[in-house]
Amino acid sequence: MTVVADRDVALVDLLDRLLAGGVVISGDITISLAEVDLVHVSLRALISSVQTLVEP
Amino acid sequence: MTDTLVYLYAVADAADAQDHAISGVEGAPVRRVVADGLAAVVSSVDAERFGEEALRRSLEDLQWLEKVARSHHEVVASLARSGPVAPVRMATVYLDDQNVRALLHDRASALHRALDRVRGRSEWGVKAYAVPAPEADDRDEADGAKPGTSYLMRRRSERDRAAGGLRAAVEAADAVHRVISDLADATRRYEPQDPRLSGRREQMVLNAAYLVDEAGAAAVRRLVEDRDVPELRLELTGPWAPYSFATLEEP
Repeated sequence: MTVVADRDVALVDLLDRLLAGGVVISGDITISLAEVDLVHVSLRALISSVQTLVEP
Repeated sequence: MTDTLVYLYAVADAADAQDHAISGVEGAPVRRVVADGLAAVVSSVDAERFGEEALRRSLEDLQWLEKVARSHHEVVASLARSGPVAPVRMATVYLDDQNVRALLHDRASALHRALDRVRGRSEWGVKAYAVPAPEADDRDEADGAKPGTSYLMRRRSERDRAAGGLRAAVEAADAVHRVISDLADATRRYEPQDPRLSGRREQMVLNAAYLVDEAGAAAVRRLVEDRDVPELRLELTGPWAPYSFATLEEP
């Protein structure tokens, strides 16, 4: 078993929570990004960056 | 038109969220906006970089995304150490403090309920990866007279074995999830992470979050440590601020 220290939290784990979790508040908000869009965008960015690393 | 916007990290009890000497996104000092017994923890951000259009573009920039995500997380984690906190989804930006105050006022009862729900509790993440079954040694069965046929047979049994192994791992992961769920006040399952993102070759079969009190956390820890499931490799992360559970709706 591994318990990950705060400092070493993987970006992908962080994004699971920061983009898919968290309170969503609408109303007076000036900028609200839809859940699906945001996760999709970030994962696309992640995947393409991983691909860039793997296939230079 | 102002040149700054207000980036919101989390909402906490006004009594708990004392001023923290921490900096947030892009190094700006973190401050509080208080209303209705609640404190919104915010910092000012550049309107050009955090405006809606710019934000959409920036989120495609992995380095930028990671910096903002880590800053956001540091602020939320620091708040979570001093009391219940309702983390707000990353990249939630308001025009000014007055709008944030109005939000606290309008959603006060839902926010208070969310804080009560997570009070004294934390979130733990459990991931399970399928462990590939050891290769069967079936060379003895090879028919020397028909090497082509026996090759194809071996290939097929190899494929069946892999599919069966994954099925067994998914079932084992569901069983683990049920056991941990019994210890938790609330649970939430995320999509298994893509192997390209998780950086592992094994297939992820469980990616879940659990809301537990202190005793529950110890129990989850023991369970993940001691549970001997040959089909799975379990991984525990936490404690997290209750990102998955401080929602404004009842779960």
